[in-house]
Amino acid sequence: MSALLSLRSVSKTFGGLAAVKSLSLDVERGAIVSLIGPNGAGKSTVFNLITGIYAPTDGTISLDGRALNGMKPSAVAASGIMRTFQNIRLFAFMSVLDNVMVGRHVRMRAAVWDGAFHTPSARREESAVAQSAMQLLEFVGLRRYAHEWARNLPYGMQRRLEIARALAPEPSLLLLDEPAAGTNPAEKQALMDLVTSIRDRGVTVLLIEHDMRLVMGISDEIHVLDYGEKIAAGLPETVRRDPRVIEAYLGKGA
Amino acid sequence: MLGGALRRRVRWLPFGLSDAPLSRLLVGVAVVIVLAMIPMLDRNSSHISAFADTGYVMILAFGLNIIVGYTGLLALGFAAFFAIGSYTYAFLASPQYGVHLSFWPMLLVSAAVAAIFGLLLGAPTLRLRGDYLAIVTLGFGEIVPQVFQNLDKYTGGPDGIAGIDQPRLFGYAFGFNPTPYYYLYFVIIVICLVLLNNLRNSRVGRTWMAIREDELAAEHMGINTTSAKLLAFSLGSAFAGVAGVIYAAKLSTVSPSGFDFNTSVMILAAIVLGGMGNLIGVLFGSAIIGLLNFFVLPQSSNWAHSLGTALHMDFLQGVDLNAYRFMIYGIILVLVMLFRPEGLVPSAARRAELHAEQEAGAGIALQEQAEFGADIP
Repeated sequence: MSALLSLRSVSKTFGGLAAVKSLSLDVERGAIVSLIGPNGAGKSTVFNLITGIYAPTDGTISLDGRALNGMKPSAVAASGIMRTFQNIRLFAFMSVLDNVMVGRHVRMRAAVWDGAFHTPSARREESAVAQSAMQLLEFVGLRRYAHEWARNLPYGMQRRLEIARALAPEPSLLLLDEPAAGTNPAEKQALMDLVTSIRDRGVTVLLIEHDMRLVMGISDEIHVLDYGEKIAAGLPETVRRDPRVIEAYLGKGA
Repeated sequence: MLGGALRRRVRWLPFGLSDAPLSRLLVGVAVVIVLAMIPMLDRNSSHISAFADTGYVMILAFGLNIIVGYTGLLALGFAAFFAIGSYTYAFLASPQYGVHLSFWPMLLVSAAVAAIFGLLLGAPTLRLRGDYLAIVTLGFGEIVPQVFQNLDKYTGGPDGIAGIDQPRLFGYAFGFNPTPYYYLYFVIIVICLVLLNNLRNSRVGRTWMAIREDELAAEHMGINTTSAKLLAFSLGSAFAGVAGVIYAAKLSTVSPSGFDFNTSVMILAAIVLGGMGNLIGVLFGSAIIGLLNFFVLPQSSNWAHSLGTALHMDFLQGVDLNAYRFMIYGIILVLVMLFRPEGLVPSAARRAELHAEQEAGAGIALQEQAEFGADIP
């Protein structure tokens, strides 16, 4: 069986700076795969390459065998890859429910006139989407805040709302960019459970994270980047003992 | 008992009216009835004419609100699309070319023409943001009246086009009587309100607001931001096209001076004053600006003149408050920005944006602490 997402010798240079060097990476269906590395290792650049913010300088990125190169972010989202952001980017002055409903955008059909005239088909779609959005909010534990503004939620909840929004169109792949950043230990544990249950829903997860306990606890596979290059990959236990990884994190002679 | 009945929704109503509670529908119906009776209560036709002209300010404000209020694109020079709508009707229903198309279909034709120009302007410029877009649209707003002024072979130059056809309905000629125009604006504004309210709470409306809130995140939610912005721009322009047709028909003449930068500023002032992004706010703002412009200022000049005559004060007899129109706009805008920057009837979101920094999240943070507090070391 072929991998869901595969990167083949992908490179990205900004001027003379190589942010990602010839990276190859496979994400198997139904797995939780983590991308770790010191700050500036190129992890977020990899996400931006996958989601179409940047076009790779070289190499190919494909989802389910279909090339994603050169697609705009909206087309990448429509093909089934959704993401969260390192710095939370919610629609601050929209309700929590509306945020999730915007997430469902690519799976909705209603056009302008449907919206303006509230046609029966648009009404059916609208109420079905609102219902499934409420279920998702239940799933991430935010149901009772559905009619709050997104900006009124505390930080940890905003992280979970971003995840709910990304899950709304039933993506095949979910990219989480440092979901545990700035959360407290209790929230971290809740987040680990959440990511695991997202995988159990059949969504493949690719994760950037600095929190080693979280990464080691839930990953099926870990890829380690340093200076834009992959220096190690494998099961959590293997990666943990890899001398090159220890060196990258702690410096030579540690 | 009664309270419960008032909160119920009337399921069988079409066009999304079934979403509003009965109480709000009743208030709406009462307001509609009162406003519909004004021409019967006030028989002064110059008053009715002023009220009718307020109608085009409202329709223009609805259109600009889609662009600025919902989608967050700062577009100046909106009068250009109003001009395009007016001239489209003037070309196709006047002795200028001897073409006399009927008024009613022209409402849609002019809307479409204005929408197409919205697309033409939007396509190359909507990649610009904020200040840059404002400058480009400002330029467009200056160009369009200039073009109509300088192509005098086709447009009648500074004098414009006169003798524009006026509407007929079932054999009834509107002529220069302001009352039928008042009712025409009235009906169109009610239709606009219903449709725009529906649109706001739909997939497309959410798309616009998502772009306003965070364009990059919207793009990652699968929203084609370019086409969504183009849609907002052209749909907003279409409203200006409709307003232009009625404006041209009521005056029976168009000239470039009616579409200068002042008109654009007036519309922007109306939505800022009322409260951007909120339909009721936009309605109030445009009513105030429109009435100030067409009713209060001209009338108060008259009052000042009569007062001057009565008191034998010469300077009062010569005063023309219309000359101070933009000073008065300016004062109003400065006062609104100082004391109520979110507008008179703001959308809930903008009010919070401008006032609620300190209280944000406090309530929920406490609940959150109660939930997770036990686990925090």
